[in-house]
Amino acid sequence: MDWQAIWLSVRLAASTTVILLMVGVPLAYWISFSRRRWKFLVEAVVALPLVLPPTVLGFYVLLAIGPRSPVGALYARLTGGMLPFSFQGLLLASVLYSLPFTVQPVAAAFAGVDRKLVEASWCLGVSRAATFRRVIVPLAAPGIATGAILSFAHTMGEFGVVLMVGGNIAGVTRTVSISIYDQVQSLDYGAATETSLFLLAISFAVLAATYALQRRVWAIWPAN
Amino acid sequence: MAGELNCACRTRLDSGFSLDAQLRIPFDQSPVTVLFGPSGSGKTTLLRMLAGLDRPAEGIITFRGERWFDASSSLCLPPQKRRAGFLFQDYALFPHLNVAYNIAYAARPGKGREYLKAFGLADLAGRLPRSISGGQQQRVALARALAAEPALLLLDEPLSALDAATRLRTRHQLRDMLLTAGVPSIIITHDRMEAVALGDWMAVMVGGRILQAGPVQEVFRHPVNGQVAECVGVENVLPARIAARENGLLTLEIGAARLQSIDSGEAGPVVACIRAEDVAISRDLSATSSARNRLAGHVRSVILEGPLARVELDCGIPLVAVVTAQSVAEMRLQAGDAVSAIVKTTSVHVAPWSENDSAAK
Repeated sequence: MDWQAIWLSVRLAASTTVILLMVGVPLAYWISFSRRRWKFLVEAVVALPLVLPPTVLGFYVLLAIGPRSPVGALYARLTGGMLPFSFQGLLLASVLYSLPFTVQPVAAAFAGVDRKLVEASWCLGVSRAATFRRVIVPLAAPGIATGAILSFAHTMGEFGVVLMVGGNIAGVTRTVSISIYDQVQSLDYGAATETSLFLLAISFAVLAATYALQRRVWAIWPAN
Repeated sequence: MAGELNCACRTRLDSGFSLDAQLRIPFDQSPVTVLFGPSGSGKTTLLRMLAGLDRPAEGIITFRGERWFDASSSLCLPPQKRRAGFLFQDYALFPHLNVAYNIAYAARPGKGREYLKAFGLADLAGRLPRSISGGQQQRVALARALAAEPALLLLDEPLSALDAATRLRTRHQLRDMLLTAGVPSIIITHDRMEAVALGDWMAVMVGGRILQAGPVQEVFRHPVNGQVAECVGVENVLPARIAARENGLLTLEIGAARLQSIDSGEAGPVVACIRAEDVAISRDLSATSSARNRLAGHVRSVILEGPLARVELDCGIPLVAVVTAQSVAEMRLQAGDAVSAIVKTTSVHVAPWSENDSAAK
């Protein structure tokens, strides 16, 4: 088994999830509670990666971070490196690609928090930010966990975007799914079977955990 | 405990319901105000606007001279700045926090424990809201609201989520707790008994408008018009015409019947408001008594309601009387019996007729 690729995928998925929690949770809050009329546009943009072919997304990201683009130029000036075909570039693409997998469950969980509890907190003189931290997040915890797990799993298995943005550099951008593709291409079916089985097992475990969380098989709050 | 609430708000909901509420509450004389009216009259909407949860389209709200809302200068203080505690109908306790943490949620250090004890909730400190009874939840919600030391407390039907027995018991406790806390309060209710038991001051709201505000007894005794009279439970609201006026007395013409009342200076079309318990029934059709108003008629129906009986009479005009079940038994009252209805002159309250009086339709 290509442990190097597995380890790279795990690192990529973990970093993506952490960034998505920092970016996606505030975005989900805005989507759940904003009354702006153009909110639907933001929702549509966030959901785009669900329907867009990964190659299309990857293509645009590649253009956007290339050395001649403003983003790429700025990055080069700041770090001296380049985004395409690097781990950082891959990370950026993964965050965009998995955005809906964080935002949608979290936004749904926020929307599911009884509005009256939020208003009760406000009327008790507690600020919006503190209310978010003390009431909304604890009550939406299962949804936030679901979003994190789904984003992790989704990044673990991404292929098209990685190929477009990262290429196939061992230890830098060769993730598990690309490794499997390589193995099949070189007719090494034994290794491909092993790695695939490993990915299948992980995906199943993650999804089972997600559904268990949603059904609250495990009590989130201690019973009394 | 001081200050005055002034509110003149207009708004229109998506449903097309329009609210135009003019209200002044002097909290100095009357710490507990009841906002009274039938369901759908806009009471909760008004309360939410006072709390800062909903924004009126136009108008102004001031409390103790401080402006909370002023459409003309686009000022709308957020709920946090108004410090108006809000008690939701279903209490809105935080389900993930136990009783102690709920009460201490917005309290200064130490205050939470104090209120936990003062409200007799120390034994429940570690319990989650869903595992305690409705009455206990109500107490937790009140303790939580008061522990945050609000300037004004708004209660949306605080007793409606309780079962009948608990409601009766809690009614008086609630008033005591509010008076002890010394926080001016506005309580929404559509229950007459609750209004009387809880409030000092009362505002009657119908169809998005405040029709009358004043001391509770005053509103019940002297409704300003037939609509308010019906709303506060005056059973007999009869459209009338002033036929004569002499010696401080009015003679009212109600259909074929004539009634006398004290002249309160009303003119034009009026309604005669008579409480059912002020209508006496006599089998004696001729005798004179001090009562000036004696109407001959017959019994249409007798409905026993526990110790009391509701007797519907037809005296040329429909009239409802409430007498004791004992009297009904002694007089052997039945539908069809010829009787006379007796109403003291002082029990006939005359109010101006208003366009919306359903009795007149």
